[in-house]
Amino acid sequence: MSATDAPPNPWFSWDYVERNADDIQRALGQHVSLTVQAVVLALVVALPLAGVAHLRPRLAGPVVGTAGVLYTIPSLALFALLAPYTGIGRTTVLIGLVLYALLVLVRNVLVGLAGVDPAVTDAARGMGYGRVRMLLQVELPQALPSVVAGVRVATVTTVALVTVGVVVGYGGLGQLMFRGFRSDYHAEIMTATVLCVLLALVADLLVVLVGRLLMPWRAWRVDRAVA
Amino acid sequence: MDLLTEAFAWLNDPLNWSGRNGVLALTAAHLQVTLLAVLLAGLVALPAGVWLGRARRGGTLGVVVANTTRALPTLALLTLLASAGLFGNTATVLACAVFAVPPLLTNTVTGLAGVDRDVLDAARGLGMSGGRRLWLVELPLAVPLVAAGVRTAVVQVLATVPLAALVGGRSLGSVVVSGFATQRYGQVLAGGLLVAALCLVAEGLLALAQRAVTPRGVRDAARRTGSRRTRRALTAADPVPGVAAAGSRRSNGTAR
Repeated sequence: MSATDAPPNPWFSWDYVERNADDIQRALGQHVSLTVQAVVLALVVALPLAGVAHLRPRLAGPVVGTAGVLYTIPSLALFALLAPYTGIGRTTVLIGLVLYALLVLVRNVLVGLAGVDPAVTDAARGMGYGRVRMLLQVELPQALPSVVAGVRVATVTTVALVTVGVVVGYGGLGQLMFRGFRSDYHAEIMTATVLCVLLALVADLLVVLVGRLLMPWRAWRVDRAVA
Repeated sequence: MDLLTEAFAWLNDPLNWSGRNGVLALTAAHLQVTLLAVLLAGLVALPAGVWLGRARRGGTLGVVVANTTRALPTLALLTLLASAGLFGNTATVLACAVFAVPPLLTNTVTGLAGVDRDVLDAARGLGMSGGRRLWLVELPLAVPLVAAGVRTAVVQVLATVPLAALVGGRSLGSVVVSGFATQRYGQVLAGGLLVAALCLVAEGLLALAQRAVTPRGVRDAARRTGSRRTRRALTAADPVPGVAAAGSRRSNGTAR
């Protein structure tokens, strides 16, 4: 900006995008696959965990507490703690992402389960539902709005968090940001940032749509999560 | 196990603790950046939150702010600011301040908007002016949520500052990043432990501080109606998919 003889260093450059399409695509693909895997894995772990904690309320405190402590540990520190054991690369990033998404999901599932109308569970009990069947067929469907809200938050945070993976050399779009910073190439950073935010928005939208398909009985006037 | 011994050897070496890039100096820098970032964010978010909360507006704004900052990766903001010419810790302070705004804003708004209208009517009936109502009634009642917001913000910033080491900021994160760069994994582990410990200790201390600043009456009332209030705190700060999940977690954690 100040030096007149410096080469132009624009923030937005279509030229850069065209010339590096392959590279960008690879980073984006890495980002997407990491996000999807992390959220799905976290959900697979979180649902049974929250279910058990709901059936045995005494476990709820320790489960949420442990998750809370894990969540307090910064991402950089977590990767630093994991990397020496799980190595540099994908596994480390994935474990970190799953752990962070887990807290959001467990909490939201638990809140959803606790918020089920007692009249509904009473009715189910009256109809002879056992505890486990009630959880699966009555309470979980009732808790879906809260679960979906949790998945939305988890997805968006995961998209943002993947970038921190650069410290172990596997950060999806974060890789581009960091390289752009290293070589002082503005367009690369900006492109990666914009893509990252767009990806978060698109993913969020997709989760909302899936949620609507799963819950056709709800009136979708205002999109408001029930917490 | 070998790595663990290496990490403790690193931590045990007094040379790693003193000096310009020693643990003590880096911790000080870390805390200083955190303090500045939270102050900066508070300067913007607290007055705005009070105003919006009193007007019983701003729910949507809070959600929008929270959602946007959540989708924006910290690393993106840091690299953007750093390569825009704000090197070192200026970029860090600004970036972290941006991420500290949502918990402060949403919790202040919810806290003030949650004040019982009957209580306000009573205060008006006693002849209190708007300003006195704010100071003597509304703010004390909102303190638990506002304090929870501050706590979330501080811990979140403490956790974000280490990332700045990637773009040249000085903090405890530097230990981790330089460890990765030189492939000394004992040092990486030691740095990770230090950063994690700092955040956990801060979280604990702030929980105590939050208890201390909550007016006794509010605390007693909370204890009496224990579970109901917990649930309200949960709903209050929980998403509408967005309002800092962290915020709700902490306000919940303390109400318990």
